[in-house]
Amino acid sequence: MGSWTDIAFILVVVLDLFLLASSRLGAAIRAVALQGALLSLLAVLLTSSGHDVGHMLVVAGGAFLIKALLIPWLMFRAIREMAIRREMEPLVGYVPSILLGGLGVVLSFAFSRGLPLPTREMHPFLVPTALATVWTGLLLVVSRRKAVTQVLGFLVLENGVFVFGLLLTDFMPVMVEAGVLLDLLAAVFVMGIVMFQINREFASLDTDALSSLRD
Amino acid sequence: MVLLVLLVPLSLGAVAFAWPDNRTRPALLLAGSLVHLLGLGSLWVHPEGPVMRDYLFLDAAGKVVLTTSSILFLASAIYAQGYLRRRDDRDNRVFVGGLLILLSAMSTVGMAQHLGVLWVAIEITTLATAPLIYFNHNARSLEAAWKYLLVSSLGIALALLGTFFLALSGAGPDGPRSLLLADLVRDGAHLSRPWVRAAFVFLLVGYGTKMGLAPLHSWKPDAYGEAPGLLGALLAGGITNFAFLSVVRVFQVTSAAGEGAFARDALLGLGLLSMALAAVFMAGQRDFKRMLAYSSVEHMGILAVALGLGGSAVTGAFYHVVNNGLAKGVLFLAAGNIHRAYGSKRTDEVRGAARRLPVSGPLFLAAFLAVTGTPPFSPFWSEFMILNGAIASGRFVVAGLFLLFLAVIFIGMGATVLGVVQGSDEGAPSRPGTADGWLTAGPPVALLAMVLLLGLWLPGPLLALFDAAARLVNGGGA
Amino acid sequence: MILRAIFQIGILLVLPPLLLGVVNRVKSVAAGRTGPPLLQLYSDLWKLIRKDVVYSRTTTWVFRAGPLVGLAAVATAGTMLPVAGQPALLAFPGDFVLFAYLLALARFATALAALDTGSSFEGMGAAREVSFASMAEPALFLVLVVMARATASLSLSGMLGPALAPAWKAAAPALLLSAIALFVVALAENSRIPVDDPNTHLELTMIHEVMVLDHSGPELAFILYGAAIKLFLFGALFVRLVADVGVAGFWAAEVAFVVELVGFAILVGLVESGMARLRLTRVPQMLVGASVLSVFALVLLLR
Repeated sequence: MGSWTDIAFILVVVLDLFLLASSRLGAAIRAVALQGALLSLLAVLLTSSGHDVGHMLVVAGGAFLIKALLIPWLMFRAIREMAIRREMEPLVGYVPSILLGGLGVVLSFAFSRGLPLPTREMHPFLVPTALATVWTGLLLVVSRRKAVTQVLGFLVLENGVFVFGLLLTDFMPVMVEAGVLLDLLAAVFVMGIVMFQINREFASLDTDALSSLRD
Repeated sequence: MVLLVLLVPLSLGAVAFAWPDNRTRPALLLAGSLVHLLGLGSLWVHPEGPVMRDYLFLDAAGKVVLTTSSILFLASAIYAQGYLRRRDDRDNRVFVGGLLILLSAMSTVGMAQHLGVLWVAIEITTLATAPLIYFNHNARSLEAAWKYLLVSSLGIALALLGTFFLALSGAGPDGPRSLLLADLVRDGAHLSRPWVRAAFVFLLVGYGTKMGLAPLHSWKPDAYGEAPGLLGALLAGGITNFAFLSVVRVFQVTSAAGEGAFARDALLGLGLLSMALAAVFMAGQRDFKRMLAYSSVEHMGILAVALGLGGSAVTGAFYHVVNNGLAKGVLFLAAGNIHRAYGSKRTDEVRGAARRLPVSGPLFLAAFLAVTGTPPFSPFWSEFMILNGAIASGRFVVAGLFLLFLAVIFIGMGATVLGVVQGSDEGAPSRPGTADGWLTAGPPVALLAMVLLLGLWLPGPLLALFDAAARLVNGGGA
Repeated sequence: MILRAIFQIGILLVLPPLLLGVVNRVKSVAAGRTGPPLLQLYSDLWKLIRKDVVYSRTTTWVFRAGPLVGLAAVATAGTMLPVAGQPALLAFPGDFVLFAYLLALARFATALAALDTGSSFEGMGAAREVSFASMAEPALFLVLVVMARATASLSLSGMLGPALAPAWKAAAPALLLSAIALFVVALAENSRIPVDDPNTHLELTMIHEVMVLDHSGPELAFILYGAAIKLFLFGALFVRLVADVGVAGFWAAEVAFVVELVGFAILVGLVESGMARLRLTRVPQMLVGASVLSVFALVLLLR
């Protein structure tokens, strides 16, 4: 069997594809939580060779707490308050979404072969997984209607950026990584508050209703 | 002193959140901005070296942007005293606290020499501004705040990816292995060029979203349209300039790495696109605050074009940062007054502002003239400098398009502004207690006076500062 | 040697109804019932063969040919499947294409027979079946391509032969992904839940069942038998891909193979009991998802 790191990366991509196909919000939130857990696992697995293990454990622990526990809990509270279970037919249909996501995966793997890495290559799957996840996040934000799914898409995008950031753990200071986690949290907090308020202003969490401002 | 400038507004912001009295809380805003401006002034007179492991340092470019914003902030703080007193039905805890945190974050951006710190500070400005847009607590402002938050967060996430790319480009064996601006520029030749190019694309998209360059400007009309006029002034005259500063920093690294031509073309393209889009959407605009948003898009386009032209146009760009910032301040504050007096922002309902508001009405007209580049106001001179740069480097097509878009915008905007200001105000809706007061009309007058003054006489030291900033960009180092 | 060949054909011909019996038994037990005996399908087939055939007046020779062609095609496809470590009876480079197209031929014949009756129910069933198949076939081909790439062989015997074990060591995740895709395709092609419910009695909800409503007697027996063999084929493919136990000796390998097939049938039964049928609009999404999984597996292999 392949190493655990291989499996973790592949599972992240499979979760991306699952998110593109899923219309059940509960399943989607759990998938994002699982992805967050996998990311913190990857952070630990990738730096066991040599470097600053203590610092990495802190970052991984923080990532797990925020991405896999706190934020999904907030999301579940949001959908419970709004009593929504399903996404409506998105702007880009499910089948085209899956196909576009698959295309993104293929292109990521194809292009990353041509990008020479100046630093040591931690794992051949790292860059393609990061790019594919960023692409999936963008696709989700742009094509979904419900505000909750858009926020999930944003979280997936951040996950992709985080994966890429793992490349820099050799020589970058703590600050940037801590900043990422902190601000991710803050961003979602505020987004959450806005979402709750969105519920009180409108009857639904449908962003189509948020289109009265137009030119 | 550098740290003081950063920390005082931040701590006053924390105090504001705890301060119980709604009436006296705005005074904190005034105190914070005064301390900030004074601190900045002392940094002009006694410049300091890099602080905090070289992460923070006020160089020429940062000085230009930060001073403009500080002046704008002071004017807004004075305006806020009158504005918040009239809106004392609303709890202004979040507003005052948020504005102070915003000031601190903007200062951090201005002084950041480390791209990671820069990114964190920009993110904090986004987070601080979103709740402020929602000050009016209605459905439209909620929609505007949501769009702003979502689009800006997207941009910032992409900017982080770009920052990572940049860090990676320097990770080679003889690379700088650092995100400090000075290191990256010094070792530019050792950066991996494909990664720098990719980084520039993502960073331009990310920070360009914060600037409001087309096609990433979709949040601007909504946010500027729904935010209170005072916040609009700070957004259009302050934050967008800091986003421009971020793009400038990225450009410094990119040209040091040898990808300057690619970066310049990208900037020119986006800049001209922004101007074109503003020209198209400005015509027939029914809401005069949204019109101001497109004016902001246009001027960000001008800045991008100037940066893309290089050479002497960059001096003009920094001059324009000051002019645009101050003029936008006047525009938004005056527009805010007009909006409040009529209870409406629609051009079919608002007429005769010159009669009803003898200060704000004519101010709006004068500011329109200023911002579209009419002499003797200063934006004319900065735009002239940029145009000069274009012709001097032989880019006649760019110069021609530049002039064309400016003309179209002048016509489009003029039609709306004249409609709002002229005529009689009979039959237009009105609100009691919204006449011009010292606090709400004084600051915009002062800002306009500055714009006029800078147009009539540009002090030598100021020009030298713009040149120094341009040298940073063009690779002279300062 | 000839004994072994006869034994292989024998397994192909005799075992399938037992598999269906296992599936039905598992489903019943999961639902808390005792269920039909394991050898029920054999009794059903025997009963049907001895019955008379009734033909509708609107049908032609196409209707009569449908079940025969279907059975023949499926059985021929079975000879191309290697069993228990031995090469298949029919093996040549590219035989997996013939395999897939023989299955398609069987489906084509059944659909034609359904259209021949002129009944709207059967036409509807044929339309649904064929439209799902149009998405299941690319998925199947992609799985086969992944296997071909992993084992560097263009023949089913090569793909499922000795080259498979090293391929698993080298590229386990990719093969695992394609195995999952294969399982999904197997469920779709054999009209199992979540694609189609074989136990429904409402014609409007049927896909495969409604296509064969008008058949009777021996022809119905051929249809049922053909469906069983198809399940056997997919089961064998899946089992050989996933659980290739390197047991020495021909007879021991055959026994292991039969046991694994029963395991596959149990798995299908459990999946059917655990899931509900998908809305018709979701089935294409599931199949496209399976295809994309296979594409991903292929990308991993090509790296």
